[in-house]
Amino acid sequence: MAEYSLLSLLKHAWHGNRDWKPAWRKAEPKSDYDVVIVGGGGHGLATAYYLAKEHGITNVAVLEKGWLGSGNIGRNTTIVRSNYLLPESIRLYDFSVKLWEELAHDLNYNVMFSQRGILNLAHSPAQADDYIRRGNAMLHGGGDAEWLTPAEIAKKVPGVDLSRTARFPVVGGLLQPRAGTARHDAVAWGYARGADRRGVDIVENCEVTGFLREGERVVGVKSTRGEIRAKKIAVAVAGSTGRVMKLAGIDTLPIESHVLQAFVTESLKPFVDTVVTFGGGHLYMSQSDKGSLVFGGDIDGYNSYAQRGNLPVVEEVMSEMVALFPGLARVRLLRSWGGVMDMSMDGSPIITTGPLPGMYLNSGWCYGGFKATPASGWTFAWTIAKDAPHAINAPFTLERFHRGALIDEKGQGATPKLH
Amino acid sequence: MSPRRSAEGGRIDRGRTIRFSFDGKAYQGHPGDTLASALMANGVRLFGRSFKYHRPRGLLAAGVDEPNALVTVLKGTVREPNIAATQIEIHEGLTVESQNRFPSLDVDAGAVNQLAGGLLSAGFYYKTFMGPVVGPLKGTRVWMACEHFIRRAAGLGRAGRDADPDRYERMNAFCDVLVAGAGPAGLMAAKAAAEAGKRVILADLDPVPGGSAKWSGDTIDGLPAAAWAQRTIEALGTLDTVRLLPRTTVWGYYDGNTLAALERVADHKPAPDKGEPRHRHWTIRAGTVVLATGAFERPLVFPGNDRPGVMLADAAVRLLREYGVVAGSRVALFANNDDAYRAVAALAEAGATIAAIVDMRDTVSSAARALAERAGAELLAGHAVTGTKGGKALREIAVQRLREGEITGQPRKIAVDCLLMSGGWSPTIHLASQAGTAPRWDEALQAFLPPEPTQNWIGAGAFAGRFATAAALADGLAAGAKVAGGKPPRKSAQPRVEAVELDIAPAPVFEIRPPGKAGKAFVDFQHDVTAEDVRLAHREGFVSVEHLKRYTTLGMATDQGKTSNVPGLAIMAAALGKTIPEVGTTRFRPPFTPVSLGALAAERYGDLRPDRLTPMHDWHVENGATMYAAGLWYRPMIYGGRGETVEQAYVREAAATRAGVGIVDVSTLGKIMVQGPDAADFLDRVYTNKFSTLPVMKARYGLMLREDGLAYDDGTTWRLSQTDFLMTTTTANAGKVMQQLEYYLDIVWPDLKVTLTSVSDQWAGAAVSGPRSRDVLAACVTGTAVDNDTLPFMGIVRGEIDGVPVMICRLSFSGERAYEVYCGAGHGLHVWEALMEAGKPFAIVPYGLEALGTLRIEKGHVTGAEIDGRTTARDLYLDWMLSKKKPFAGSMMMDREGLCDDDRIRLVGIVALDDRPLGGGAHIVEHDDPAALRDSIGHVTAGCYSPALGKYIALALVKGGKTRHGTRAFVSDPLRKRFGPVEIVSHHFYDPEGSRMHG
Amino acid sequence: MLITCPYCGPRDLAEFSYQGDANRPRPDQHDTDQARWNAYVYDRANPAGPHREYWQHAGGCRKHLLIVRSTLTHAIESVAFAGAPGATPQAPRRAAKGRTKTGPAKGKKP
Repeated sequence: MAEYSLLSLLKHAWHGNRDWKPAWRKAEPKSDYDVVIVGGGGHGLATAYYLAKEHGITNVAVLEKGWLGSGNIGRNTTIVRSNYLLPESIRLYDFSVKLWEELAHDLNYNVMFSQRGILNLAHSPAQADDYIRRGNAMLHGGGDAEWLTPAEIAKKVPGVDLSRTARFPVVGGLLQPRAGTARHDAVAWGYARGADRRGVDIVENCEVTGFLREGERVVGVKSTRGEIRAKKIAVAVAGSTGRVMKLAGIDTLPIESHVLQAFVTESLKPFVDTVVTFGGGHLYMSQSDKGSLVFGGDIDGYNSYAQRGNLPVVEEVMSEMVALFPGLARVRLLRSWGGVMDMSMDGSPIITTGPLPGMYLNSGWCYGGFKATPASGWTFAWTIAKDAPHAINAPFTLERFHRGALIDEKGQGATPKLH
Repeated sequence: MSPRRSAEGGRIDRGRTIRFSFDGKAYQGHPGDTLASALMANGVRLFGRSFKYHRPRGLLAAGVDEPNALVTVLKGTVREPNIAATQIEIHEGLTVESQNRFPSLDVDAGAVNQLAGGLLSAGFYYKTFMGPVVGPLKGTRVWMACEHFIRRAAGLGRAGRDADPDRYERMNAFCDVLVAGAGPAGLMAAKAAAEAGKRVILADLDPVPGGSAKWSGDTIDGLPAAAWAQRTIEALGTLDTVRLLPRTTVWGYYDGNTLAALERVADHKPAPDKGEPRHRHWTIRAGTVVLATGAFERPLVFPGNDRPGVMLADAAVRLLREYGVVAGSRVALFANNDDAYRAVAALAEAGATIAAIVDMRDTVSSAARALAERAGAELLAGHAVTGTKGGKALREIAVQRLREGEITGQPRKIAVDCLLMSGGWSPTIHLASQAGTAPRWDEALQAFLPPEPTQNWIGAGAFAGRFATAAALADGLAAGAKVAGGKPPRKSAQPRVEAVELDIAPAPVFEIRPPGKAGKAFVDFQHDVTAEDVRLAHREGFVSVEHLKRYTTLGMATDQGKTSNVPGLAIMAAALGKTIPEVGTTRFRPPFTPVSLGALAAERYGDLRPDRLTPMHDWHVENGATMYAAGLWYRPMIYGGRGETVEQAYVREAAATRAGVGIVDVSTLGKIMVQGPDAADFLDRVYTNKFSTLPVMKARYGLMLREDGLAYDDGTTWRLSQTDFLMTTTTANAGKVMQQLEYYLDIVWPDLKVTLTSVSDQWAGAAVSGPRSRDVLAACVTGTAVDNDTLPFMGIVRGEIDGVPVMICRLSFSGERAYEVYCGAGHGLHVWEALMEAGKPFAIVPYGLEALGTLRIEKGHVTGAEIDGRTTARDLYLDWMLSKKKPFAGSMMMDREGLCDDDRIRLVGIVALDDRPLGGGAHIVEHDDPAALRDSIGHVTAGCYSPALGKYIALALVKGGKTRHGTRAFVSDPLRKRFGPVEIVSHHFYDPEGSRMHG
Repeated sequence: MLITCPYCGPRDLAEFSYQGDANRPRPDQHDTDQARWNAYVYDRANPAGPHREYWQHAGGCRKHLLIVRSTLTHAIESVAFAGAPGATPQAPRRAAKGRTKTGPAKGKKP
């Protein structure tokens, strides 16, 4: 398939754009594969891509029950960052940022990763200490971080309420310059195209309805498009993990499904240049290339598989927006939507072999999965190919909860609604 | 020629004039005008520039579906971008500017993008701007450089940065029936429900309700429809059970029949009246909802269909009949249905010349033909418009023969200044769609009809696909009767309608594609998505409706595809060789139309959270305290004001406390009364240590674990009688602990006879600490002795201070002899002042959180910085508090292997060896290279200058904990550019034996 | 979402605090079976469909309610006091049915 470039764009434009080919084939599923990946979202597609690219495993199918990228890869607030506290998290997410930095070239697809930085505003001395601990942890873990004074913040983010009379006055901010945003759909499409170009079959409208078993071992799937056998079955179905794993007889997991709402305003001329988070509550916002402010807050906080939330969170998030930027009171909310999150019991993901022989599981991303897409796919591919985790994802096991080896960034314990 | 004001008609008040300005130019209009109608009446046709190609755009629609005419309203320094001109009621002094153009609307440099048309096709940005693969410009640099310019070119209006001075308000409402939309169907439904005694809310997004009755030209019960609507509304207005909400858009349908609506209270005035909000955010809990939200007319897709002067047929009717504006003097119609012929009849009647009716169908009904004849129009059946000309204003259209879907023959040019188009109607099913399932496709209407209800609503009128006035009235009446629970209405209850009967069903053709190179044909006007973009998406495999939307941005603009949805699907369906329902439709998301963020914040705009103030708050402020927010509370940080630095202030306060006596406000601590015959047993279950053995009028320090075995909260609990305990919690966890205890009693141990009462706000507390603390109490407490025998360590007494009953417990956070004095919150200030007065001879000092922290760091007491949700009791060397004699919450989980790992970070003390401060959040390393940022072994949780030790000290969590005592390490704080040697020591820096507090 | 509190009547979602899955009984406090405790703290059935769950009417009477609510539609099937007889599952004598693959974990005393 042709490379994308300015030159090809010009050539095609000259011919009235009539000669473009599909970004990926609409593959018919074969009866047998080396690896079947259940879930055609960002993580599943990235896994397929890295299986092919890094491990030469190309006899792979990605099965997607609906349209490709219909899960959280297409519903998030597009933030990419690695401003984490715990060393396990820093290793994973910083590796991800490194992959992001090369991703457009790697995929020959502009995923529009824009390193505009993320600024976490701190509103009390205690919160500042907390953020400084995190920033220092990032620096000691090989990442990047800076501390900004309110004066520096005023310059970087005009319009933010820095008055001492604010309900939660800003005392400083933790900046990660390498963080930023990317175009979420493009990540799914870019990985799909990249995997497809390496021979992976991407099968849309193919819902897994059961697993084929030989004793304990999982040897394939039943699907709406027939039985498909595979040596290895990988599950990456954020938002549906509980449902899919029940088909394999796994009745409980350290995961609850919750709904998270996201919001965009109408399109505006450039208003804010970085990703900004408000520490007086829970709000993260940035501006898309198209001009919309894209933002979100807490999950609704109850189990849900419905991609719809309710008003209290809407009102809370808008309150925080106008507390942070009082000028935005007259800007209008254009659209809101909901995504279903796998909320794990310590707020961190699971990338592991098992839990059944022949099976591999990638889940529990809470609402931080987008930024991890490259590293999640890369480490999951490694885990599938080698039947053992890479050092980066080794701590992110399913057993860690029972063992007490938790990776709890927020320190909230087994209360998913608080992560 | 251009649009003009008609001689008569419409609901505008021609007797009065309103002055307003658009792009700095002064105009006049009349009360009742929208910005769109007033500008049209002034001959203005150019309203905006399109998003991508900066093409000149005029008015397409007359309602909320308007995609082109977006403007910014200026009020003082406040800007309100992206408002449709059709939604702005003009008022004296209204100032508006156009958007997305430079330097002006008329001459826009961005129009150069039109030359790059083919290059800027859908998804072009995914294929380029990636920069070189190697060299210094690899990575994200090239993209970010390009993005800088893309961002400036994109975006519509500009938002302001100044705070909005207006108020916003929230309103909660309950009703039996919410009727959304006050057109004929909604009015009838509201009337029927109200007459049956139901509480009704009738919301309509327009300033004047009536919907299509305002411009249909029909006759209802012998009255012009508009007059009938007005009479009906007036009648409803007299009923106590009916609340009319004009200018109110129901925009969200949430769970449990909870609906959200936005009332634009004051946008139509120069400023809100005194005390009036600008917008009001309604949350309406409705028994039943009647959705009577009408329908949107659809444009047709053909080359040049975006030229100013091309507009929806019904929009022209509305402009004429509601606002008295004739959209053009030489008008043509291009339609695929009969219903649109009403428009030519109306415009002809108003004096416009109808140059032609271009109908893509070969046969046209006799009713429609009759209208064409009466309008004096040439009827070109089986024809299509294949092009338009005229730069910034339509001058001419090209018409060609359309035979079995193919364009044939030579174009015929027809000079017109206005082209009306109609592609049929799409019911406004957005609210129904929000509630859940997929809509149903109706082949005859070529439209999506509402889905089956998943919540309690009934549809009526055009919303339900019943468009004619008579049908809508019947529908509304039936819906109203049904929600009222009564019998089906009698035929006689239905108003008589006189109207021209026209079939609304359109031919299933939405796009005209002349052969060869034709101009751009727009599907989504606001986002500049063309028919070719849709086909490109198809070619590249973005064929699912969601992929189509995301790849081309079709339907994602501020109008959310209100006009573009079905034409876009039709083109994709044609490309795929499928039917429209096979392609599917996207779910509509809230809000139906954009909602101001200020309205949703409502009373929280400018006041995000309540302030919690202790009873002594004003005293602290008056006495020089610097306050800071701790959660919702405000607490004194230091009592400065003498030109001291923060460090000087807290060192003075802490030192004075250790040397003499200090006092600190501890009213913010969580306080919970735990009472009942099983209270002691309950506490044994939730605390790690025993409370059943605690004697009456004694206190004990308690530790709680979470269910997962990690440390949760600590505090003292006082036994006031055999069955009464006063539990204190940390300030931060007061609410959470209360909730957890309630959970245990409600769910886990419902058999225990215990009641809980939060008394955090009922008690004020002051801690008096220091060697002279007893002297201070002795000087003011009456009714009890406070000597060591009467009030030993952890003892409790009741007494009075200056006539106020107090409870005093001798406990110490500072490590000095200390007492916590509690009294009723209303007496807090009185008791505090009495203590200050009694302390004067002993030079009592008030101290703030910084000194409190210093005293506790010196003692090695833990707080939230150490109990951070990731540490165990053992990590904090609190294992002595873990009872081995009884189970307690978390006891079975605290010994899991991951929680006992040798590698865990555990509590230590550190001392700076370079005599410089140790900040919270600094890390600890073993190596001495400041530049080598690696191998952190832990971090500082809290640091201070210790007046007792004369050193900078800190508490820290470090791998190995105690095993490192006596070793050297380095503090590494690159964020604050601090690196230096430290010694790791015991966290009990000061008086480890505790002799001072026991003495 | 509206929840009909048995004390207070129908009240808005904003008044309630979600207290999680009500399918997992808390082991008796004297229970020393580590696996049972692990399952109680960490493992969730997380069904797509009717879900038994606790809500506290935190902004009202503060009672905990046992609610059956669909996680697919958010529709509430029933509301009862959590403490009412039979409302709350009792700790079973043996491990709950259905397998859990989060692995065995033996408690280790330090």
